[in-house]
This record gives sequence, C-alpha cells and structure tokens, in this order.
Amino acid sequence: MTAKVETHDLKFWYGKVQALKGITLRVGTGEQLTIMGPTGSGKTTFLRCLNRLNDLVPGTTREGQVLIDGQDAYRAGADPDALRRRVGMVFALPIPLPMSIFDNVAYGPRLHGVRGRHLAETVERSLRSAALWDEVKDRLGDSAFSLSGGQQQRLSIARVLAVEPEIILMDEPCSGLDPISTLRVEETVEQLRGRYTIIFVTHNPQQAARLGGRVAFFYLGELVECAPAAQMFTRPRDRRTEDYISGRFG
Amino acid sequence: MKGWEWLIRRVLVVMAFSSLSLLALIALFIFAGGVPILAEVGVEQFLLGTRWAPTRGHYGILPMIAGSLWVTGGALVLGVPIALACAIYLSEIASEPVGRLIKPALELLAGIPSVVYGFLGLVILVPLIRVLLGGPGFSVLAASCVLAVMILPTVTSVSYDALRAVPATYREGSLALGATRWQTIRMSVLPAARSGILAGIILGMGRAIGETMAVIMVAGNATLIPVSPLDPVRTLTSNIALELGYAAGKHREALFATGVVLFLIIMGLNLVAEAVAGRGRSR
Repeated sequence: MTAKVETHDLKFWYGKVQALKGITLRVGTGEQLTIMGPTGSGKTTFLRCLNRLNDLVPGTTREGQVLIDGQDAYRAGADPDALRRRVGMVFALPIPLPMSIFDNVAYGPRLHGVRGRHLAETVERSLRSAALWDEVKDRLGDSAFSLSGGQQQRLSIARVLAVEPEIILMDEPCSGLDPISTLRVEETVEQLRGRYTIIFVTHNPQQAARLGGRVAFFYLGELVECAPAAQMFTRPRDRRTEDYISGRFG
Repeated sequence: MKGWEWLIRRVLVVMAFSSLSLLALIALFIFAGGVPILAEVGVEQFLLGTRWAPTRGHYGILPMIAGSLWVTGGALVLGVPIALACAIYLSEIASEPVGRLIKPALELLAGIPSVVYGFLGLVILVPLIRVLLGGPGFSVLAASCVLAVMILPTVTSVSYDALRAVPATYREGSLALGATRWQTIRMSVLPAARSGILAGIILGMGRAIGETMAVIMVAGNATLIPVSPLDPVRTLTSNIALELGYAAGKHREALFATGVVLFLIIMGLNLVAEAVAGRGRSR
C-alpha cells in the first residue's frame, strides 16, 4: 500500500507549549486510521497540521515534515487552499453555515466553479454518501439550523464530500452526539472506507475498537503505539495504552 | 436604614425616567410648535411644496427634503464602501498591532468637532470642486464628501463589531473546504454579519441626516431642488439652524414643522435599525 499521508518527526508548539513531540506516521491510500487519546494529547493539533489549518493560529511553530502523496505540504510555494480541497475536515462540533441545507453542501463546489444541474447532482450524491438524503430531500431549502445535532454532523460530512477530497480528517465528530446519532455517523464512515483515506480522531477507546482498522494511541504529544485494533485492544505493547483502554486514566 | 434604601431607589428611578421624559418633552415641544402651521398649510402642501419663502407665505420644504436625501445618499455611496473595507480589514486581515493603531485613530475621527470638518471642507474641498468640476463648489458633492468622512467611524465600528461576533468556526469551516481567505469573507463571514452591518449603515445614515454645522459650511444652502451633484443644496437641519435666529410667527412655526419631519425620519430610521439588529440576534 502506498502512503497517502506521511509525517516525519512532526513537532508543534503553541507559543512555548509543545503539543506534538515528534510524530512519525504513515497512512495508506484508502486506509482508515483511528487516532485515540485523552484530551490534550495532540490529536487535533496533528490533524490541523495535515490540512494546514494551524497556519491560522498566531504564535505557533512547526518542525518536521508532512507529506501528502509524497509531496511536502509545507514546501515553499505550496497553496494551502488547494491542499485543503484535497484534505477535507469534519470538526468536533457541527458547524452549519447560516444558510439553507442545500447551500451548505453546495458551498464547496460553488467555490470551485460548479454550477447548475451538475451542482444539484453533486449535492444529492454527497447527501446520499453521508446517509442524510432521505431525511432532508423534501426540505433542502430549510435553514441548516433546523436539523438535529446528528443530522448537522452528517451535513458537515456531506459538505466535505461535495468538494471531492482524497483525504478526510474527522476530529471527534461524535463528541456532541447521542449514541444513536453516533452510530449513524460511524455507519457513514464505514461506507466511506476504501473510497477515501480517513483519519478519525476519538478519545473513546470503545469507538476506536468499533471502527477497527489501524489505531494510533497518542499521549501527551507522543505517538505511544500504532497497531491494528484487534492487536491493540487485546495485547497492547505499552503500559500506558493498556491503562488507557482499560479506563485506568484519561 | 430601610428609609435610606427606599430613598436611593426612588432617586435612581427618577433619574432613569428623566431621560425618557426629556425625550417626551422634546417631542411634545417640537410638535406643539409645528403642528399648527401644518394644519393651516396642509401636510401635503408643506411636504410637497417646492417654494420656500416663509416671509411671503410660501412654506414648501420639498427642496430641503430632497437636499437631505441627496446629501445623505451621497454620503452613504462614498462612505459605506470605505467603512466596510476598513471593518473587513481590521477584523479579518490586520495583525494585532496594526489593529491597535487603526482602531483608536478611527475613534479619534469620531471625536473631531463637526465645525472642523466643515472648515476643512470649506477651505479645501469647495475650491477643489469649483476648479476641477465647475459650478459654485458649494454643492451636494462637497457636503456628501464631508459627511462620508464623518459617518466613517460609526459605520466602521458597528460593522467591525458585527464581523468580530461571527464565530471563528464559520471561518475555519469555510477554509477547511478549500475556500480562500476572500471567498471565506465574502460567502461566509459577511452573510453571517449582514444584519449588524446593515444596522451600522442605518446608524451612519441617521448621523448624516442629523448633521448640521459641517453641511451648512459647504452645501451652499440654496432652497432649490438640486438636479446635479454640483448644485448647491439646503438640508432640513440647515434650514432650521440658518433661519431660527430671526424667525417669528408663522415662519418660526414652519421651522418647528421642519423639525417634526426630521424627528419622524430619524425615529423611523432608528426603529428600522433596531428591528434589523434584533432580527440578527434572534437567529
């Protein structure tokens, strides 16, 4: 499997506080990696380095490499907007923009010049992929705020899919959701697996176990270990991993 | 001790209501002064009459209404784009130190007495317009330019606050979809801040309509309906300020009636601003 996303000794500081202490990770094309770890372990910082959203935070420093398809994302002359088109992101809290359901999903494609019937098709396809189409097809003109939390989060996923990214970063997308909505989002991720390279962040070991695939355990800015879920949850190599998944801390 | 508490409460209530009763008294006073002549001349004659010669019995204030509209409209056309650009720059693009420099400068702009603006307009703008564009120089254009600068701080700071109030998540959500900085501002931040910006523009409009001194100094004050931006013009406020000193009898009443019209226009604008801003909050 070729590496879609690769980081080499990635370090990151907010002012003087070091949030990432040298992360080296490889994610294959079409793979779904779950990053698990307690709050403050650097999971979100890591994701935001991959799509360069951290560029916007003043007073931060970064060292080490991020390679997307083998190309340095931070090379001189690299365009962060073009990068973010390829590396989509779903945030912890759903952020519907203050517009209709349709316009929310159409937001990305419109930016890139998609219009008319093609746009309507893209919106429908994205909403279907995010398993939301049947619930909203009769009220696409309603405000996105009229949707429930779980629906809003699937709307966020649809919005990302509409841009047709290659990589999708999911930053604790279920943290504000009830168990049933969480299940729906996990099913959606299940369906997207293979078609997209997905990096899914969660603080919840049960969720990491349910999602399967490879799991990376972050702790205090370090990558403690990275192994297939089956192995990590039965025979963790590191004491800290064992403590975390058995609920002894975190 | 109980009696003391009671007293303080009463005093505070009285003071709080005194501002309200002042407003009521002002309204009463203006209306009492202006309504008799409105009844005598007829509201329609008063508002739509084109001839203002109060000493000879002509009480038409249409030229002044048109003047106020021209001058205010011109101020908005010239001032709002600059104010918006300034607000967007301050809230979305400027770094912290630059913002700390520009924001107080703007507030200083708001603190300059209007007679100073008028004076600068008189010695710089009016001759400039006369030489470059022709006409007397005292004109709609000169007044609009001066007012545009004067409403800049109001519109900018209200719009700035509206833009700042847009959650950072909207920006990140948009950028994460590959939008550029400008696309994010245009498609995500501005629509979200729309009602606040609109309220700022309406407040600026109220300021422009109400401004008197600076306008008198540069507008020329002819009681004619202007047909070109280079024509001299008299606004509703100028009309009152220019003539109240020597007016008596019906002439004086007609000036009060001008005040009634002005009062209603500005009340209306404030109500619209409240409604627009309120709609934004409730969403």
